[in-house]
Amino acid sequence: MGATKAPVLSVQGLTVSVRAEGVERPLVEGLSFTLGRGETLAIAGESGSGKSITALAIMGLLPPPAVRASAGRVLLGDTDLLALPESRLRAIRGDRVAMIFQEPMTSLNPVMSIGAQLAEALRTHQPLSRGEARARALAALQSVRISQPERRLSQYPHELSGGMRQRVMIAMALALKPDVLIADEPTTALDVTVQREVLDLLRDLQRETGTAIILITHDMGVVAEMADRVVVMREGRVVEDGPVAQIFTAPQADYTRDLLAAVPRMGNGAPRPGDPALDAAAPVARLRDLAVRFDIHGGMLGRITHRVHAVEHVSFDIRRGETFALVGESGCGKSTIARALAGLVPHDGELEVAGQPLRGLNRAGRQAICRSVQMVFQDPMAALDPRMTVGDLVAEPLLIHGIGTPPERRARAADLFARVGLSADQLDRYPHEFSGGQRQRICIARALALNPGLIVCDESVSALDVSVQARVLDLLAALKREFGLSYLFISHDMAVVENIADRVAVMYLGQIVEMGSRAQIFGNPRHPYTRRLIAAVPVPDPAHVRSDPPRPSGEVPSPIHPVGTAPQRVKLLDIGAGHLVADDAA
Amino acid sequence: MTAALASPRPATALRRLARRPMAVLGIVLIILVVAGAVLAPWLAPYKPEEQLFDGLTLQGAPMPPGGAYLLGTDLLGRDLFSRLLYGARTSLVIGVVANGAALLIGTLIGITAGFFRGWIGAVLMRFTDLMMAFPALLLAICLAAIFSPSLWIVAMVIALVNWVQTARVIYTETTSLATRDFIAAERTLGAGTGRILFRHILPHLMPTIIVWGTLGISTTVLLEATLSFLGVGVQPPTPSWGNIIFENQTYFQSAPWLVFIPGAAIILLALAFNLVGDALRDVLDPTQRGRE
Repeated sequence: MGATKAPVLSVQGLTVSVRAEGVERPLVEGLSFTLGRGETLAIAGESGSGKSITALAIMGLLPPPAVRASAGRVLLGDTDLLALPESRLRAIRGDRVAMIFQEPMTSLNPVMSIGAQLAEALRTHQPLSRGEARARALAALQSVRISQPERRLSQYPHELSGGMRQRVMIAMALALKPDVLIADEPTTALDVTVQREVLDLLRDLQRETGTAIILITHDMGVVAEMADRVVVMREGRVVEDGPVAQIFTAPQADYTRDLLAAVPRMGNGAPRPGDPALDAAAPVARLRDLAVRFDIHGGMLGRITHRVHAVEHVSFDIRRGETFALVGESGCGKSTIARALAGLVPHDGELEVAGQPLRGLNRAGRQAICRSVQMVFQDPMAALDPRMTVGDLVAEPLLIHGIGTPPERRARAADLFARVGLSADQLDRYPHEFSGGQRQRICIARALALNPGLIVCDESVSALDVSVQARVLDLLAALKREFGLSYLFISHDMAVVENIADRVAVMYLGQIVEMGSRAQIFGNPRHPYTRRLIAAVPVPDPAHVRSDPPRPSGEVPSPIHPVGTAPQRVKLLDIGAGHLVADDAA
Repeated sequence: MTAALASPRPATALRRLARRPMAVLGIVLIILVVAGAVLAPWLAPYKPEEQLFDGLTLQGAPMPPGGAYLLGTDLLGRDLFSRLLYGARTSLVIGVVANGAALLIGTLIGITAGFFRGWIGAVLMRFTDLMMAFPALLLAICLAAIFSPSLWIVAMVIALVNWVQTARVIYTETTSLATRDFIAAERTLGAGTGRILFRHILPHLMPTIIVWGTLGISTTVLLEATLSFLGVGVQPPTPSWGNIIFENQTYFQSAPWLVFIPGAAIILLALAFNLVGDALRDVLDPTQRGRE
């Protein structure tokens, strides 16, 4: 790696404070670290720990006037970045210190072509002609191993996938060979397999250019794979710092230990005594040949020219008392199945909940179905009406279904609150007054209000911090035992699925490619896509040696087909004991 | 109109409103204008239509403010203060009733089109676009010519002309609100359309409705003035703040108060509603609580 010990960047006693209502409150307090050439330093912590604020402070991008660095120094070589005026900082930003953000779509200008944006970034700092800038931009795209780099130059951000956009961001950040690259949650918004590619890319590029990286992440798996040293932050303070091996093998602080313990690990799912006595005869939900297609209109007359085949030929049962997991990457149709089950999108094929077909229901029938199936969404803040008190929100299903009197409903809400680990005196507060984990508990309480048999969890823990995620998963497991619930658990995170699912179906491009019990899928994955998903999960152990699977190339094919054509049906073969695998891999 | 719907606890919302000095100022101003309009027969020193014998100088020019007439007289020698008091009646009806009706129509059309989309939305929004493209003044003149002009007809005409912008804005906001997760969550709970529209979408539209409502006050009052000027509005000699300005604008150089004073009254009324509206918007938004 060629890490020389002279620090490129050193942060000394950095304190960032926010001024609100005349009171200064520190967001980051007394943070110090040094970063050597070619080194990767991870700043790890949960939301609210001040890790992103630290990045913005180093870049001089703190939102004025309320937030400012009130003490400390940020030395880039010998220059104190905090003391520089904005005009000098602008010359340093992008040139010597570059940054990539979590969400590549919002960090790229949607109305400029990729080439123009890259060239602009280059020409801001170097006197290049248009032709030279274009050549350099092309070289930058080639260096991030993007497919068809010439074509990408003239494309716009919306034409690229999330992974490609993040590659463009990396190309832009590294084109000027900065001394320091700050990567703020660079892979959090990406699918696991794409995350794998982007992490590999970052590591390779660092090896070539010797850029020092500050990697900001909440994912201890990513930390273990990437970092040389780790700073663990909590509520603006450093809890612990040290070399990555020491943090993982001998953590000093209790908080670090808790954080590591909360990380879901593969092969770590609680050993469970066989299959619970599942009643296969009367499933809570039954899907046969389910298909969901969306029409795309085009042409002068607005006729249907193409269809998005979001879900095709999906068949499975969810048995009473089981957790059935659907895994796959974004766009594979797993959330569409959830929405079809909840009656939010129309579908073809058979879909029965509690023995009742969902199609052709009148209003009363649909209302009755709501009592059998409820949904918990990914982002609890978005799923709760911000203008209602949480007590009203939890009692609302009862109100809609005309159950009980107002005092009874309130009592039931208080009861549900207690059940999900919140206290009844919080009933009159509003959603924004709660933390992310508490909000998800409120959503769960609301889903439980009607005593449904099946709860659809659509990425319900993906947006939560790991420690919070672990507690919400525990709560879901406890509720399942207590109420005999079934879950349809939708996730892209193989580690979480491995920890809680009874049966698993792997989806790719709208179809199931492999399905079986947890032991079958994780113990004996047969389909190459399943293997790739499992292999892509970051392992929270720096000593883990990755048996590098062949790097997948190219993009996921499109689920959009012209009218009259349809994707080829994947045939599933039973290879024993209900383990179904697509016949091309069986 | 919908304040009670938006807030689960109107009593406390009112109390929070009372804690804001600017809101209280706005409320006081509105009460003053309303009181002036209602009590005009008792407060006005003269009849508004009366052309006073000593209301003009010997040269025939209007009297300046101060002296015998508090705010001076107009070009026909009528007492400006009395005309302002009586004019407040007209302007309040236009600014509050006509504007309120326009808001109501605009909100209903916008929310329906935005929520249902499909052919209902297409028909409603194309109709809105048509109305937008059609010159509002021309339409108002046509409508006013069909019905014989009276205050309430003018109010109706203004409402029929002014709802389009509101409908457009409400439509756009509703379409984005309708795709939010919490609306999907409500559907999965089995909530009916009415409940989603009135309990979950409308409260989120309140800030927009309030802003358009307060902006609409001055535009509608001035639209009425324009109509009066063209002879299809409130018929003279009935005063309205708008037609006082238009009647007297030719005297702007020699008697500027004739334009400034009613102009200031319109601005003050709009400002008062604006202050109350701003405060109301913050008070009704639970996420703003604790920041006052």
